[in-house]
Amino acid sequence: MANSSSTDVKVLGAWPSPFVIRVRIALNIKSVKYEFLEETLGSKSQLLLQSNPVYKKIPVLIHGGKSISESLIIVQYIDEVWNSGPSILHSDPYDRAIERFWAAYVDDKLFPSMKLINTAQGEEKAAIVEQAIEGLVLLEEAFQKSSKGKAFFGGDRIGFLDIAFGSMLGWLRAIEKMGGVKLLDEAKTPGLVQWAECFCADGAVKGIIPDTEKLVEFAKILVKMKGAPLGKN
Amino acid sequence: MAEVKLFRTWSSPFPLRIVWALEVKGIEYEMIYEDLSNKSSMLLQYNPVYKKVPVLLHKGKPISESLVILEYIEETWKSKTPSLLPEDPYQRAMARFGAKFGEDKILPLIWEAFIKQGKEQEEALVAVHGNMKYLEVELRGKKFLGGDAVGFADLAFGWLANLVSVFEEVTGVTFIDCEKFPLLLTWMQNFMDAPKIRDTWPPRDKLITKFRALRETLIAKEPK
Repeated sequence: MANSSSTDVKVLGAWPSPFVIRVRIALNIKSVKYEFLEETLGSKSQLLLQSNPVYKKIPVLIHGGKSISESLIIVQYIDEVWNSGPSILHSDPYDRAIERFWAAYVDDKLFPSMKLINTAQGEEKAAIVEQAIEGLVLLEEAFQKSSKGKAFFGGDRIGFLDIAFGSMLGWLRAIEKMGGVKLLDEAKTPGLVQWAECFCADGAVKGIIPDTEKLVEFAKILVKMKGAPLGKN
Repeated sequence: MAEVKLFRTWSSPFPLRIVWALEVKGIEYEMIYEDLSNKSSMLLQYNPVYKKVPVLLHKGKPISESLVILEYIEETWKSKTPSLLPEDPYQRAMARFGAKFGEDKILPLIWEAFIKQGKEQEEALVAVHGNMKYLEVELRGKKFLGGDAVGFADLAFGWLANLVSVFEEVTGVTFIDCEKFPLLLTWMQNFMDAPKIRDTWPPRDKLITKFRALRETLIAKEPK
């Protein structure tokens, strides 16, 4: 299944969501044309409620009329369906296990702790920032091991963990700015600092990760709307 | 020296998923029992991030997180039937989604219902029943979530088959009733009795004692 018309593939999403960004990068890697259906902030379209009745969240990939939800599951689906394009996951089962482990870590531990930085104050904030940095240091070690001197977690090309973690870089920068903190730095995470530059400059990623300023403005709107700076998708 | 080792505890349902996968596929392995109140240096070395079970050790290389381990087993022992995941990418995505749904929307609520009382317990049960409706629909016309044979999603949900009745006995509350969830209850019985699965369950009386004590401790800690 190498080609498809753009109407065959739809992505339900929103520009600020890092989870949606994952899906768009994966489709770009495979050179798959798709229709991007942007959800309006504060309301959920009929199509979203129909295609993801369980979670009612973005992203949803609709391919040939079938819906798939949950960003990391969608990325694996994309890799398996468009298998003539460049691979997203490693070919070796152990390397795949390592990238799945760290992708789950990003979702279960790293991103939640990053989000808490926005609402925390004083001592609590310092503790949360330290926790987030510790997590990034773990990812730095993982990067050194899996990149084997190359630019990405996936080696020469962007892979599954690059997508899982790299999709968070827009918000990471925004949180640094809003919180007046440094999360990625040359001293503790030199490899990741370099990696972040390479990732954002990659052809499949360019233009997908929003500018820091745009995200900071968006965060302010969210606070006004919900009283919380970041929703979970 | 066994090529495959599994770090587990006697009671935790997460390593049991791995036991089932290895048994169902007929892969030889050695079990290493951990006492989580006194973790071995091996466990800390092999799972430094979470320090938890299960950990699968294959040819000296460790893998953690039960759903990650299940995918590893499926991909490494590709030729060993039965397959845990279907061939078709959409069906695979659905199986993975089912497993994630269980982790996010069923397990935490069942646990909440178990460790709480009164209104909080009721609210958790109402919420989980709302989610269980999806499972009930999924099971229509199927013996297992994987179809005729046990698959990835069945292994992910398998903990329901024995722990729910343990929780019901300890709390004296019905968690899953047969009028609302007949297919789910049938699935639980089928899974409980499935070949290769039926001999793996931890002793029920020990589980009741353990979870009763755990619940009492947690309730005592609750702010009044």
